[in-house]
Amino acid sequence: MLHGMTTTRYEAPGTVADALSVMAAHPGAMILAGGTDLLVQYQAGLRTPSAFVDVKRIPELMAIEADASGVTIGAAVAAADICAHPVIRAWWPGLVDGVQLIGSTQIQGRGSLGGNLCNGSPAADATGALIASGAVAHIAAPSGVRTVPVEQFVLAPGKTALAPGELLVSVRLPKPAAHTADAYQRLIPRTEMDIAVASVAVSITLDPSGLCTAARVVIGAVAPTLLLVPEAGAALAGTTLDAAALERAALAASAAARPIDDKRGTAAYRTTVVGVLTKRVAAIALSRAKER
Amino acid sequence: MKLHIDTTLNQEPAEFLCAPDETLLSALRNELGLTGTKEGCGTGDCGACSVLLDGRVVASCLVLAAEVQGRSVTTIEGIASGTTLHPLQTAFLKEAALQCGVCTPGFIVAAKALLDVNPDPTEEQVRYWLAGNLCRCTGYDKIVRAVLDAAADMRSTRA
Repeated sequence: MLHGMTTTRYEAPGTVADALSVMAAHPGAMILAGGTDLLVQYQAGLRTPSAFVDVKRIPELMAIEADASGVTIGAAVAAADICAHPVIRAWWPGLVDGVQLIGSTQIQGRGSLGGNLCNGSPAADATGALIASGAVAHIAAPSGVRTVPVEQFVLAPGKTALAPGELLVSVRLPKPAAHTADAYQRLIPRTEMDIAVASVAVSITLDPSGLCTAARVVIGAVAPTLLLVPEAGAALAGTTLDAAALERAALAASAAARPIDDKRGTAAYRTTVVGVLTKRVAAIALSRAKER
Repeated sequence: MKLHIDTTLNQEPAEFLCAPDETLLSALRNELGLTGTKEGCGTGDCGACSVLLDGRVVASCLVLAAEVQGRSVTTIEGIASGTTLHPLQTAFLKEAALQCGVCTPGFIVAAKALLDVNPDPTEEQVRYWLAGNLCRCTGYDKIVRAVLDAAADMRSTRA
């Protein structure tokens, strides 16, 4: 319809196996979850799939399963369902910080974690907290299921670890250790519905005395992909997140940034801001961890 | 090739034909004759095409029509009860919360979704919920007031 003489098909498989078969039968097929990126790109003529494979009829892709060791979030679960889930809210407030920033109410009702990951944007708001919390992606391939740490999922802007014919099924977050909490913030020049100029996600773990025993710091929109910055985490570990430690973490985050100049900000501005955000977000994660 | 879709539309069974890549917005307006739902941007930014899909507000320009097989869709045409306007519609008229009117169906559908889950929203909650609905005429103030008035009216009717 949109492209005139279209031959694009619509398929709605009910199982992962059927989805893989459909994708094998239609090279060039694309996965349709919330459609908030794909259908915009399709209508702009930027993507020309041979078929839309709507995965929202597949139970595993639409379920949130919590158990004693963690939570598995289906790749097509809508943002609104993630933000409303009591276990996710309790264990990963930083993931909720990021997911709830994505688009409007209308977009929240459709957009998914899987879409945010597979779109491969360095500014993806949901991805930083996933990396900070050590999440892994479950990928179904014709040869079986494989697991990839989320920080290795996006290879370059718009390019992911998915081989042709593979399907992102879910993301698994391990249950946080005691006294562990996460946080996420981005800088945008307005209050709603924009793309990050720079972003930071932090997860920290404290010992009972309040000393930080482990920290993961992730920076976004300042490199071709989101980056886990081990040097920033190391600057926080072994400290009480005092001002000097926060400053060292900020310098490490800024040093790891490799941003570009674009309409959202200059490379120099982004480099500075990602350090400022590192201090702020680490402080939020600290206050949350102390409450646990 | 057209697909045959069976769905529930404004609480009634409905069927229609659509192209595999046709949007729900296009099917509503062009196949089903329901032109109350408006196209603004066509990219999910403006909210003019808001409809309820299984009770949740979505941009119908970013939904394929084929996706609504077996699901429930509510459009602006399904908000009133027969000839009795919904309290939101009455409040929009009373507050003069529209000028050109193109954004109005989307605002009313989105506001209904809010009041369905939160019958007593704060002004801030109304403004954030409706941040994805753009109006270039009113400056939003009368719209927000109308939604708060309708919420109060609905609470007093229920009490």
